[in-house]
Amino acid sequence: MDWNLWALKKSVWVFHVNTGACNNCDIEIVNLLTPKFDVERFGIKLVGSPRHADALLVTGGGTRQAAVRLKEVYRQTAKPCIVFCMGACACGMGIFEKGYHMAGPIDTILRQVDPDAIIAYVPGCPPKPEAMIMGVVKALAALQPKEKYATERMGQAVVANPA
Amino acid sequence: MTVVLQNAFWILIFPGLAFTLAVGLFASWLVRKVGALVQYRVGPPVYQPLADVMKLMGKEILVPQEGHRTVFIAAPLVGLAGVLLLSTILWLATAGISYVGDVIVAMYLMVFPSLALILGSSASGSPHAAVGAGREMKLVLGYELPLVLALIVVLIKTAGWTEPGEQLSLVAISQRASVLSVSGALAFIVALLCVQAKLGFVPFDIAESESELSGGVLIEYSGALLAVWKLMQAMMLVALPLFLVVVFLGGIDPSGLSFVWGIGKFVLVLVLVILIKNTNPRVRIDQAMRFFWLYCGLAMVVAVILASIGHYRGIAWL
Ligand code: SF4
Repeated sequence: MDWNLWALKKSVWVFHVNTGACNNCDIEIVNLLTPKFDVERFGIKLVGSPRHADALLVTGGGTRQAAVRLKEVYRQTAKPCIVFCMGACACGMGIFEKGYHMAGPIDTILRQVDPDAIIAYVPGCPPKPEAMIMGVVKALAALQPKEKYATERMGQAVVANPA
Repeated sequence: MTVVLQNAFWILIFPGLAFTLAVGLFASWLVRKVGALVQYRVGPPVYQPLADVMKLMGKEILVPQEGHRTVFIAAPLVGLAGVLLLSTILWLATAGISYVGDVIVAMYLMVFPSLALILGSSASGSPHAAVGAGREMKLVLGYELPLVLALIVVLIKTAGWTEPGEQLSLVAISQRASVLSVSGALAFIVALLCVQAKLGFVPFDIAESESELSGGVLIEYSGALLAVWKLMQAMMLVALPLFLVVVFLGGIDPSGLSFVWGIGKFVLVLVLVILIKNTNPRVRIDQAMRFFWLYCGLAMVVAVILASIGHYRGIAWL
């Protein structure tokens, strides 16, 4: 049994990044953290600094202004980390697809920094908190111990400053 | 040689590192679980703090570029070492092993974690951490005075029962529960609030405030270094309530049924701390200073006077 992986699955600290969402997804994420859904049962906890985070909850399609910040936040996050694209916007820019101000979607932006970023998608406009829990559970179940996820990715090159 | 070995055993295994860590991780689960129950939730499973620490151990350590590398890495270890010695001294005192003056050593060791936090956060070079360090420093200035005065009350009360000079040892202090007198009860309440601030719990989590400083003093720490901070906080959760039990509530008697009563006292203090944590909003730093210096300070001056009167007139309940 891989203890590192077990611990990571049992204790996911999340950091919330808004990259130009319409705020509906953010409300649902805040809803997810209320006593009603009680995600602390699964060890999920909201933290204030990306240095402490294991997962980034990204909402919004990734505007040109936000893309720079998103890359910076990703670089500051202690690896290994998982990125969750919450909502249709984050998965594929959603209704903002044709916007002049978009740099997204999120996965394209992140792959510029780290080609091997681990990205999970939770579609919906906005996704229900139940859907988000399901997404997180499925993504965690998909992490394989044989990838030596927790140790091998450490120290792997993350492009220093692509901008 | 055997003395060195025995001391090493004491510090690293039995009442020290291994044992205190186990109790501390359990206590930090208790904090989260009781907090969850207060909010009508289920709360985390019992292995949650262990999983958190194990996960952090497997993560990347980031050292900020503008930071001071050596201090940044050494600070959590210094803090952990301080709490480790503190808890060893306190556990040994409950077992009757103590020396004259260990109260003062314990008082000094109790400042170590806050000092390490201030050092580590100032070394990280982040403005958020700097604000957090400033707040922590003010908080230390605030609660040290009432805490020392509360200890003086206990020392005055103990002086009536032991040889002159002997009252400075933890074993002598823990012979009787000084909380069973007016001044002692006052001192206990104030010391409990000081311990709340030392633990960095609501209403005094000003230095770490998640909502405006986003982690404050700990903001730049990640991976194993953050894990060491978490372990330090878990051990403080054992050491500081134990300090209150030893000093104010008559200690833990390790023989027979009274041992269960001793554990009960420890859990009682812990639950008091958790309930204060869960029923209060965070105060501002100026409110905290005013609270500690003005109200707690005045209360403690009154308590010292009462205790002295009681000592010279021979009135035990004062
Ligand atoms: S997915 Fe829908 S709800 Fe979420 S940010 Fe986009 S438009 Fe708003």
